[in-house]
Amino acid sequence: MRIGTPREVLQGEARVAMTPDSALQLQKLGYDCAIESGAGDRAGFTDAAYAAAGVEVVGSTAELWESSDIIAKVRPPTEEEVGYLSSDKTLISFFYPASNENLMQLAADKGASVVAMDMVPRISRAQKMDALSSMANIAGYRAVIEAGNNFGRFFTGQITAAGKVPPAKVLIVGAGVAGLAAIGTSTSLGAITYAFDVRPEVAEQVESMGAEFVYLDFEEEQTDGASSGGYAAVSSPEFREAQLAKFRELAPEMDIVITTALIPNREAPELWTEDMVKAMKPGSVIVDLAAERGGNCKLTVKDEKFVTENGVTIIGYTDFPSRMATQSSTLYSTNIRHLMTDLTPEKDGMPVHNMEDDVIRGATIAHANEITFPPPPPKVKAIAAAPKKAAAKELTPEEKRAQEVAAFKAQTKQQVTLLAVGGALLLGVGLVAPASFMQHFIVFVLAVFVGFQVIWGVSHSLHTPLMAVTNAISSIIILGALMQIGSGSFLVILLAALSVFMAGINIFGGFLVTRRMLAMFQKS
Amino acid sequence: MDFGFTTAAYVVAAVLFILSLGGLSGQESAKRAVWYGIVGMGLAVFATLIGPGSGLWLLSVLLIAAGGAIGFVVATRVQMTEMPQLVAAMHSLVGLAAVFVGYNAHIELARVLAMDDTARLTLDGFAGLLAHKSSVEISILRVELFLGVFIGAVTFTGSVVAYGKLAGKVSSAATKLPGGHMLNAAAAGLSVLSLIWYFNTGGFFPLFLMTLFALFIGYHLIMGIGGADMPVVVSMLNSYSGWAAAAIGFSLGNDLLIVVGALVGSSGAILSYIMCKAMNRSFVSVILGGFGGASGPAMEVEGEQIAIDADGVATALEEADSVIIIPGYGMAVAQAQQSVSELTKRLRAKGKNVRFAIHPVAGRLPGHMNVLLAEAKVPYDIVLEMDEINDDFPDTDVVIVIGSNDIVNPAAQDDPNSPIAGMPVLECWKAKQVFVSKRGQGTGYSGIENPLFFKDNTRMFYGDAKKSLDDLLSKIS
Repeated sequence: MRIGTPREVLQGEARVAMTPDSALQLQKLGYDCAIESGAGDRAGFTDAAYAAAGVEVVGSTAELWESSDIIAKVRPPTEEEVGYLSSDKTLISFFYPASNENLMQLAADKGASVVAMDMVPRISRAQKMDALSSMANIAGYRAVIEAGNNFGRFFTGQITAAGKVPPAKVLIVGAGVAGLAAIGTSTSLGAITYAFDVRPEVAEQVESMGAEFVYLDFEEEQTDGASSGGYAAVSSPEFREAQLAKFRELAPEMDIVITTALIPNREAPELWTEDMVKAMKPGSVIVDLAAERGGNCKLTVKDEKFVTENGVTIIGYTDFPSRMATQSSTLYSTNIRHLMTDLTPEKDGMPVHNMEDDVIRGATIAHANEITFPPPPPKVKAIAAAPKKAAAKELTPEEKRAQEVAAFKAQTKQQVTLLAVGGALLLGVGLVAPASFMQHFIVFVLAVFVGFQVIWGVSHSLHTPLMAVTNAISSIIILGALMQIGSGSFLVILLAALSVFMAGINIFGGFLVTRRMLAMFQKS
Repeated sequence: MDFGFTTAAYVVAAVLFILSLGGLSGQESAKRAVWYGIVGMGLAVFATLIGPGSGLWLLSVLLIAAGGAIGFVVATRVQMTEMPQLVAAMHSLVGLAAVFVGYNAHIELARVLAMDDTARLTLDGFAGLLAHKSSVEISILRVELFLGVFIGAVTFTGSVVAYGKLAGKVSSAATKLPGGHMLNAAAAGLSVLSLIWYFNTGGFFPLFLMTLFALFIGYHLIMGIGGADMPVVVSMLNSYSGWAAAAIGFSLGNDLLIVVGALVGSSGAILSYIMCKAMNRSFVSVILGGFGGASGPAMEVEGEQIAIDADGVATALEEADSVIIIPGYGMAVAQAQQSVSELTKRLRAKGKNVRFAIHPVAGRLPGHMNVLLAEAKVPYDIVLEMDEINDDFPDTDVVIVIGSNDIVNPAAQDDPNSPIAGMPVLECWKAKQVFVSKRGQGTGYSGIENPLFFKDNTRMFYGDAKKSLDDLLSKIS
């Protein structure tokens, strides 16, 4: 089978879906590789480099599409490009199927298989082909660089012979892949970095990158990202208000704001309002990575950079990865190569479209004349849901009171029941037993009762002496032996004598040991 | 002398015994309380010797003196770490004595019943007492002495086994014969049958048969209980020896025996209850042996155990302001209490706040650790109970765990599937740093993995507790 990569037709797109390195790897999987002449030029890969890697350089776009069985590219295909597809071809590219339904329908009608790189599910196994993450990583890095390019000061604070330079303060909104990459870049440049995210569980990640997490004073239980496959979900209006209030408070201090907040399949939420932009110092920079979906700041102009009246630069570029085409092409082509590895289990150059596989099923949006989008939820959850912490409920005074009353009632009930049962038993025994027995029995019951009352007061640390002393006094059994020893029978005398002897050991041993122990307890 | 005097003496003795137990509520009053007990016992013995029904008092005094001599030697020579064994051994003596006294009562009863009326009138003492009983009273007497012998026999073998386990002469692991508790139940059932038989015939054979069953129950019951549950076992046997004395008291018609037996019985029962509560287990599950079945797989423990040497511990201790030491059975085994005490003394001399946290079931006997620390002259006012100190761990710089394991296991709180889930534990992992002195990487008696050892703020200080502490002492001046 032959994998071909055409030149990207979109104006300004510099990336390419195959690099000489990835081509070598693909050939190891048993594929032939082809590339349209000049496809890698803008990413810094010459035709000669491809040819040296054993890639056939094809002159025309049409010829490449015709001759290739699998077409790997970056941007979603144009209608013209879809026209080249046929039932035996497979297309691999970003597709954004939710917003490109016509194109998807067209491709499905042609009978081609389409694998959308942006639909690769976010599970651990698929991370190596998660092109969105690798692109977001670049975007995050580039956003900081771009901001620095337009910011008139150092990032890091310095005290020089020529004066003191304060460090820049950077706020990153949204700590996804792009956000975290931006945090890393920003802190390593020396700026004081703050970060915010609606998912409280990322606070730890943010702090691990060296930024300070901006916490809200907000009581509502925030849902973690586990239920939405690791992405942020829409937050409640109250939460949004609290969030905006916090941003308003931060706005005048911040030199650079990078917003990366996106919610899957929705317009970007507005997080940086006009009044916040107005509150910022002149010379500050806003980089809106959500510009493609309307922007987190409504002033953002897509694909453009402009300066507001109060001197704040707002950058709305959407092509950050393309601005670093060499790096992004390398990463993207590696993602594609990993996808091909999964598609080619036998390494024989024949792709097997296994629709039972979570990753392949999720990414495939058209197969065998049918649209297979949206995919069923993956069998493996992206992230294990954080175990619900049992919330220790603060009790109101009334509840506490009610609980105390209930506990008291339960205790009373228990005591009364015990007394009633005990009393009834005692009376029952009294009915049948002779008086002489009852006399002893009453003594016994009272003694048990006294014992229970007395022993509860014994200090914990004196439990061992208590055992020793009870042991000593339980040799009171000696009285029984002493009473019997005067009896006539030899056997009785013998047994009684033995008992007296053993009890004697116990009395002296027990009391002495107790005294020894107690003498050791000393106050400091 | 008159019967009235004996009774009066008994009342005084009973009051003294009660005071003696009640006095144990504080360390200082306890020192006085033990004298109450001694005087009470002396009075009781004296009153019985001169009272009605006794004979051969010279022999009796000689035997008491001989026994006392042995007791004296044992009590003065015993190591404090051997306390659990000693207590168990002494329980066995009480149990055996109860069996003998019970047998005597039976023999006397048989002898008296065989006499004719005129001969009975000539009897005095215990036999005379028996002679005046009606037939209903004799039936009750039989039940009482039967119970006394039964409980005494169980206490005897149980204590012997407990002694063996505590002294390391018998493996401390829980072992059961095939059939497990069914054997115990069968033996108990047969004992009940023997009781009915004995009740109807009054022959010696059913009594003897029951004794054999009871001896077996005592042996098998305690064999099935593991080392970590020993505090419960010892206090339970303590309780049994009390009940045995009380039952014998009934059959002899002696109120002092009844009172003291009941006191000791309830004391042991309460101690057992306290111990069980400290382990969050029901009394029944302890007696039935082994830990209750876990309801699912235990949580995976992540991370690794990181070792540290004496230098590291010494540095951390030098820097710490507050230190809490948690001793366990391992300290007793290694006889490390003196070194612990010395360490405490030196750290306190440097103005550090050193305290001890004692879990109720640390060691093999209720209050075992307190006694060991007291022996090593650690002042008792820095030795605190779990409830008193558990809230202080977050403010503590260094915690040193010496030879304890389950009582500091965070799985009891975190992992609902852990066999010890719900057991109250010392929350030492909340301290800034925890050092665990431990012989090796094993899981200890209960075989439960301890996530504490894998925590980030825990360092393992491997080696014999005494040797490790002595190393440490050489680094801390």
